[in-house]
Amino acid sequence: MGRRTSDVLSRPAFWVGAALLGLVLVNALVTPGFFEVRVVNGRLFCTPVDIVHQAAPVLLLALGMTLVIGTGGIDLSVGAVMAIAGALAAVLLTGTDLAVPWILVGVLGAGVGIGLVNGGLVSILGIQPIIATLILLTAGRGLAQLITGGHPVPFERPAFQALAGGALLGLPITCFIVAGVLAVAVGVTRHTAAGLYIQAVGDNEKAARLAGLPVRRIQFGVYGCLGLLSALAGMIEAADIKCADPSNCGLYLELDAILAVVLGGTLLTGGRISLVGSVLGALLIQTLTTTLLMSDIDVAYNLVVKAVAVLAVCGIQAPTIRGAIRSRMQRGKATQ
Amino acid sequence: MKLSIDRSRIPILATLVAFVLLFLAASLRYPGFFSLWVIINLLGDNAFLGIIAVGMTFVIISGGIDLSVGALMALSSILLAVFIEVLGLPPCVAVAAVILIGALFGFASGTLIHFLALPAFLVTLVGMFLARGLALVVHIEAMAIHHPLYDTLTAAAVPLGGGLRIPITAVTFLAVVAAGTWALGHTRFGRNVYAVGGNEEAALLLGVAVARTKVGVYTLSGFCSALAGVIYTLYNSAGDSSAGIALELDAIAAVVVGGALLTGGVGSAIGTLMGVLIFGTIQTILNFEGTLNAGWTRVAIGGLLLVFITLQRFLLRKS
Repeated sequence: MGRRTSDVLSRPAFWVGAALLGLVLVNALVTPGFFEVRVVNGRLFCTPVDIVHQAAPVLLLALGMTLVIGTGGIDLSVGAVMAIAGALAAVLLTGTDLAVPWILVGVLGAGVGIGLVNGGLVSILGIQPIIATLILLTAGRGLAQLITGGHPVPFERPAFQALAGGALLGLPITCFIVAGVLAVAVGVTRHTAAGLYIQAVGDNEKAARLAGLPVRRIQFGVYGCLGLLSALAGMIEAADIKCADPSNCGLYLELDAILAVVLGGTLLTGGRISLVGSVLGALLIQTLTTTLLMSDIDVAYNLVVKAVAVLAVCGIQAPTIRGAIRSRMQRGKATQ
Repeated sequence: MKLSIDRSRIPILATLVAFVLLFLAASLRYPGFFSLWVIINLLGDNAFLGIIAVGMTFVIISGGIDLSVGALMALSSILLAVFIEVLGLPPCVAVAAVILIGALFGFASGTLIHFLALPAFLVTLVGMFLARGLALVVHIEAMAIHHPLYDTLTAAAVPLGGGLRIPITAVTFLAVVAAGTWALGHTRFGRNVYAVGGNEEAALLLGVAVARTKVGVYTLSGFCSALAGVIYTLYNSAGDSSAGIALELDAIAAVVVGGALLTGGVGSAIGTLMGVLIFGTIQTILNFEGTLNAGWTRVAIGGLLLVFITLQRFLLRKS
């Protein structure tokens, strides 16, 4: 019993889940109308659903990022890829007669292509991931500006806007997209060898190669997946505001995504992944933001509170602090 | 006589060649580009980026990274404006206070990174949120600074003869580069920074003061960010809580183009100076071109990064 409790307590995902639950409980008590449900135009509106809806881009990025970080990599370019995808979609929507499904396929394909470029820099040229993806982080937003001609491109196309504004069974479509991606990711990593391979590469790349794993193909695969999800997130964000803004779309979202992954207990050094943890991490970040927006606290304090909260969760997970807590618990047990 | 070049110097030589070629190409294309004026403006316009990049050089050589620099610069600039305009402090006291706060901020980041063994990436990311948030709390928009002494400083310049004058912002930048070069090459702290970046465990076993060095580089980076904030207010005659967004990226790019390795152990302040100059030259070319899409700056810097990183990769693989 005691052993199992300490097992659960030492799981970072548990702490994020607890923090999220705590925050929701605080909201239930303090924020009026947090759980109030309204139905407008056949769509359900209540704060928890809105949180998932608003967190959708970060959730998608965090899921892909978990796989990349699991292989010991990192991708700083996801926000820039979002900007490129949004720009591409807007230009195709306004400048061509292509049907919306083709545009979706085309932009997602472009996202995969960009992801494969990152994968190639990492796996074939052997460049450190943080540096390889720094290139596209720097150049990507510029590319998006070149695509749009340097200015935001507004568009009006209901079929495309449904990506963010549409509803199914009363819930926003984004919730289903996120749930679908999560289901596929969990299914593939738990029920096929892919999850094991990813963690093996992250744990020890050389050993994985010597054991005969297709390390390069795995690296191409995870960066390609993340490219796809970034493109999807970029299109959702563009559809949400009916405009592709190359300089602001996805700005700093790579940091939110990495934060969500780390809060969820995936090690930045690779070798251990927790997809559910990443989802909880992303939801925690968004719930915190929403809570602050709904509260009476001055908007200016948002970033400060966010920083302190993240620092607290990271602190609990820090190896030295966890070690100290554990040794204190054991000492407590010994004296009993 | 056989000309032999140390392999580890090739990246910095490549940077020098790239800068000279870029500058000459621009001089051929645009009349009036090839002048000391343009170079002085390059130094002055990019002074705050350059000062931050020198601090970042130390952090990167030590094997770390500091994402909080742009936000910390904004916080410093707005604090300075509030200290002078609202609290009525004399500028000298205000500047000293702001620089002390910046150094303490960096010290706190370094302490968390080293003693809690948290990733530098994460801690300085939180630092970025915190500094930007605090800046917005202090004052949500830009605030102009009006003070007689400040106006004198803003206009101050060192005459070079022939009517040329170097503004105080450029002088500060060059002084920081000189100080950085000296500290990296001729002090124990500098040697320790290289040692920790080369191999932290080996450095520890050799008796290098790893903790002091690691906390030191982040403190230095905080100091440089605050100094950059001061220079920013001199350049713009105002503090701004939303200044320097994505500046950390430009600084990292300048340091890498300047020949530093993000894996640590290699880099120099002179290289960073050249990285910043290349960055500035590309922007000046775009200004001369006038109608060109601003996206080209980022694409060009990204392209340069790709070339330099691939070059470094092959040099390292061979050695």
